[in-house]
Amino acid sequence: MQHINVTVDGTSYEAEVEPRTLLVHWLREGVGKVGTVVGCDTSNCGACTVLLDGRSVKSCSVLAVQADGCEVTTIQGLSTGDDWHPVQTAFKECHGLQCGYCTPGMVMAAVDLLNENPSPSEEEIRDGIHGNLCRCTGYHNIVKSVQYAAELMGGRK
Amino acid sequence: MIPAKFDYVRPSTVDEAVAALVAGGDDAKILGGGQSLMPVLRLRMGEPSVIVDTTRIDEMKGITDAGDAIVIGAGVTHDEVAKSPLVREHLALLAAATEHVADRQIRHRGTMGGAMAHADPAGDQPPVALAMGASFTIAGPGGRRTVPASEFFVDYFTTAVGPDEVLVSVSFPKHTGWSAHYEKLNRTAQAWAIVAAAATVRMDGGAIAEARIGLTNMGPGPIRATAVEQALVGASTMAAIAAAAEQAAEGTSPTEDIHADAEFRKHLARTLTKRAVAKAAGIS
Amino acid sequence: MTEILESAGVIGRPLRRKEDAKLLHGRTNWTDNIQVPGALHMALVRSPMAHARIKKVDLSGALAMPGVVAAYDAASLGDLNANVLCVWPVTDDTVMPPFPALTGDKVRHVGDVVAIVLATDAKSAEDAIAAVDVDYEPLDAVVDMIDAMSPGSALVHDAAANNTCYVYNLGGGYADAAAKADVVIKRRFVNQRIVAGFMEPRAVVAAPMGMSDEMTLWSATQIPHVLRVVLSLSTGIPEQNLRIVAPDVGGGFGGKLQMYREEILALQLARHLGRPVKWNETRSEDMVASHHGRDQIQDIELAATKDGRILGMNVTLLANMGAYLQIITPGTPLLGMFMYCGIYKMDAYQFQCTGVFTNTTPTDAIRGAGRPEATFAIERMMDELAAELGMDPMELRTRNWIQHHEFPFTTAAGLTYDTGNYEAATARALELFGMDELRAEQKRRRESGDPVQLGIGISTFTEMCGLAPSRTLGALKYAAGGWEHCTIRLLPSGKVELVTGTSPHGQGHETAWSQIASDILGIPVEDIDVIHSDTGRAPYGMDTYGSRSLAVGGQAIKKAADRVIENARPIAAHQLECAAEDLDFANGAFSVKGDPEKSVTLGALAWAAFSAHNLPDGIEPMISGAATVDPEDFSYPHGTHLAAIEVDTETGKVRVRSYVAVDDVGNQINPMIVEGQVHGGVAMGIGQALYEGVEYDADGNLLTASLADYLIPSAADLPSFTTDRTVTPSTTHSLGTKGVGEAGAIASTPAIINGIVDALRPMGVTDVLMPASPQNVWRAIQAAKGAGA
Repeated sequence: MQHINVTVDGTSYEAEVEPRTLLVHWLREGVGKVGTVVGCDTSNCGACTVLLDGRSVKSCSVLAVQADGCEVTTIQGLSTGDDWHPVQTAFKECHGLQCGYCTPGMVMAAVDLLNENPSPSEEEIRDGIHGNLCRCTGYHNIVKSVQYAAELMGGRK
Repeated sequence: MIPAKFDYVRPSTVDEAVAALVAGGDDAKILGGGQSLMPVLRLRMGEPSVIVDTTRIDEMKGITDAGDAIVIGAGVTHDEVAKSPLVREHLALLAAATEHVADRQIRHRGTMGGAMAHADPAGDQPPVALAMGASFTIAGPGGRRTVPASEFFVDYFTTAVGPDEVLVSVSFPKHTGWSAHYEKLNRTAQAWAIVAAAATVRMDGGAIAEARIGLTNMGPGPIRATAVEQALVGASTMAAIAAAAEQAAEGTSPTEDIHADAEFRKHLARTLTKRAVAKAAGIS
Repeated sequence: MTEILESAGVIGRPLRRKEDAKLLHGRTNWTDNIQVPGALHMALVRSPMAHARIKKVDLSGALAMPGVVAAYDAASLGDLNANVLCVWPVTDDTVMPPFPALTGDKVRHVGDVVAIVLATDAKSAEDAIAAVDVDYEPLDAVVDMIDAMSPGSALVHDAAANNTCYVYNLGGGYADAAAKADVVIKRRFVNQRIVAGFMEPRAVVAAPMGMSDEMTLWSATQIPHVLRVVLSLSTGIPEQNLRIVAPDVGGGFGGKLQMYREEILALQLARHLGRPVKWNETRSEDMVASHHGRDQIQDIELAATKDGRILGMNVTLLANMGAYLQIITPGTPLLGMFMYCGIYKMDAYQFQCTGVFTNTTPTDAIRGAGRPEATFAIERMMDELAAELGMDPMELRTRNWIQHHEFPFTTAAGLTYDTGNYEAATARALELFGMDELRAEQKRRRESGDPVQLGIGISTFTEMCGLAPSRTLGALKYAAGGWEHCTIRLLPSGKVELVTGTSPHGQGHETAWSQIASDILGIPVEDIDVIHSDTGRAPYGMDTYGSRSLAVGGQAIKKAADRVIENARPIAAHQLECAAEDLDFANGAFSVKGDPEKSVTLGALAWAAFSAHNLPDGIEPMISGAATVDPEDFSYPHGTHLAAIEVDTETGKVRVRSYVAVDDVGNQINPMIVEGQVHGGVAMGIGQALYEGVEYDADGNLLTASLADYLIPSAADLPSFTTDRTVTPSTTHSLGTKGVGEAGAIASTPAIINGIVDALRPMGVTDVLMPASPQNVWRAIQAAKGAGA
């Protein structure tokens, strides 16, 4: 077992983990952050995307021990209580989700993209989220959601 | 899926990493960014007994200007490579190819050194290293050695890095002022390249003065299309580029899989080389 | 009521979804999130071989592993081993081999299940399955359907001679039609095998409930109600002791319209061991274990006059069943048999389908289920016939389609389409598409020999939705009915509980059903709680698939809501001291005719009923309405989809430049949700056309065993879509709705392939294999060049 200290959604956690534990499994089972989900085993679907020290990663492809000393933000840490992050608001307004399973990863990928590029073109959005698969929406409304989120976040400056 | 059990070591220096590999024996495996290794572990296609995590080794992290070369630590992420001003100024082809590696999340985590050491024949950066004449610094129990790209890539998923060795850095000769283009054909944005052509050229008075061409997924390792490079010298028209690119598939023995057979890959090597060179040279 | 719904209320408005807050904040209840204390984790030993005799299974290694509580093969599972049931034997002589949860004699496809391990945690269970030692005697694998039917082929099931499951015939008279024809064209299409690709892998939790006999099964399923029946029939657990819950379910697309062996195993072992059992599927398991779909070889003939009038159509199918029959495996291709005529008039229609067993994962319904295959065939044939006749493909369609004044129209396949307006949808699509400019650009590119050619793909499709009139299902030998149920209860506080038998997994029923009830009852959407997908709370229903939920379930909501009003009426009359027939109901309140000041709200009546202090004699203290509606007929959504396709003739790479979808789904409850359904459907159909395809090698090994090899398109592989609707309400459905869940997936595949072939036809290309990968497109060009040389 390996001792780790990871800050998840603003709270510091100390834990003993088996080295083979994936970050996503520790988040779900160790911390109870079940908002972050697993959709594949080959790093394709992106459903497990979280921010690790502020950058998007697929938490199925990081060991929990590798997050030792790091800060993780999940979909559950994006806003608190009844608050909505602009990306969350935009996804609701633009119907950027249907079943919602890809949504935590898609939202976190969008947050990361907009952090780096606050006003992406449609092509930049499509390229920027191509590490996340969605089977419901055909991405049309996801792209619109990211565009609208960019607008909302620009408006806040 | 969940990986099989392993022991975990997180050295903070290259020497410690080598020592851990030696101690771990044949079943020890380096974990860099993990973007190639983690799926292998999860699918239990590999079950190493010891994982040596090199992500906290400072020496493997920087990108430095070494005069006539740019030295990139093996632990530098794809994202850092693609955005590095040094790389963009002096190694335009590496920047271009790196932007095509997987997706944002994977580029944030995955390392260029890891991709080189993994040596997937469909990887985007090995042909760049080969074409640009990069050299690889490898540390082992006997000290350090430097291996040219032409000797680094040995076979499918096999490099000159031994089981008890660590790839420390990759040194790319500067190609300042060279223009570049990476032309990749994949079936979907997530898919690996069926074939890709990496081209960088130095122009002189509207004609190609020098060219370097690497090919992705045209054999067990990256391929350098030297015949095309030579034929391109002096080329200033699309016709001349197309004629030179006709030699791109010569001597290659590409793999066959569900995405393409060898004949189609050879056709693509010619077509994509033509396009990559034309775009790099700004000739249409 | 079948006129266009024009509501002053919320029907027809793009209300934002009630479902989204929890989904966007990660406060979700996926099956894999459910933690039951003491749960054992189940892992399955799956066959690495497509076809082999099981000589010996040694569980001792696994049983010795830490954390392992139990392990079983078919022999040790004994009587607990139950069968996956097929409820649709399509003919009297359909071969129905048993499909045991654990196979004991042979393995019949890669991924078939030989043994299971139960351990105290998921890691231990997964570690232990590697320690189960299975001795296989390899047998010849049957992979290709044509080979499977050849004499001397190995048999998947001894009972199925020539690996034939059934032969089904419909219609006739094609030979006579062909004899009169000026032109007969024949084509063979391969509608390749695909996966559903829902993003949430399947998961199951089964738990005994305390000391009672009740078992609860949580499953990521589309069909909790149907599942309860078939699990009870299969395991012998009394139905009343079985509660099935589909919590948040992350997509289905038909792939979770199933009874799966993992559900049987978790349930049986939880009951047997008296402990909860949990299983969650990995994606690589999903690729071999969740049913596949499509996989047909279609031989199609079309006979026509030289001026383009279709005389007859002959359809001969081979449909791959896979290794076993799952819930509606044999019937899935037959769901398409009525749709090969599409929107066109013709004199004769003849259909034959042969179901074939192979050593591959079983097939079953995936989004569209039979109709995408049918629509692909007819829409491709229309383009081929147009080319043969030198006619514009849209002109040919116009000459043959049912005109709007001809409805209701009985097709050559025997269905009566109630309404439609193909002219209107097509006119709108052409307007949005810019056909003339695109044809001009196509001409320029052809003349200049541009390496990137432009093609225009047309798909003027219809489909049958609203599964289904129960008598029709009975005539087709399907075991169950096609009705749907709704109960609406007024709560004392004036809020509403709407209990539906539909089982949403992304479709937004909580929002849309609230909109319907809100308009009828005059109660705000936010005061209506939609209860679903739990046989304990919503005991009666037929679930969600086949674009049926609104088309059938919506009618039940309307009828139940109407009944609520009628059941409240006598209480209102009593309160307002007037005769029941003197009351008007509007905006959630009864008022006295001619004296609108005298009124009482439904909310007030709900309290009156609850307190029951002052009810008229003989009136029970409850206001509710329940309805179970069996649809009068299918509904027939239609539309015109147009695609502008760029084909790089040097690399074979295809890009969808623009895509216009004008659908007619009848009345819309929430156009935002309708549009979302169209987008997703179109994307899935494009996936089949360009990217997706399950591939096996000759030994039956799955080559597309993960999402790294099976290519589901990402945002970067698809365009934005231009969507619009025409509205021709269904006349056989009380809300005038038709259904929209599958329309996009049915329409888009032929539009894309027609576009590719249109781009390349001057080069001599007349077809391209799906998926139209760079290699398949490039090969089609090379073959045409070779043929032309």
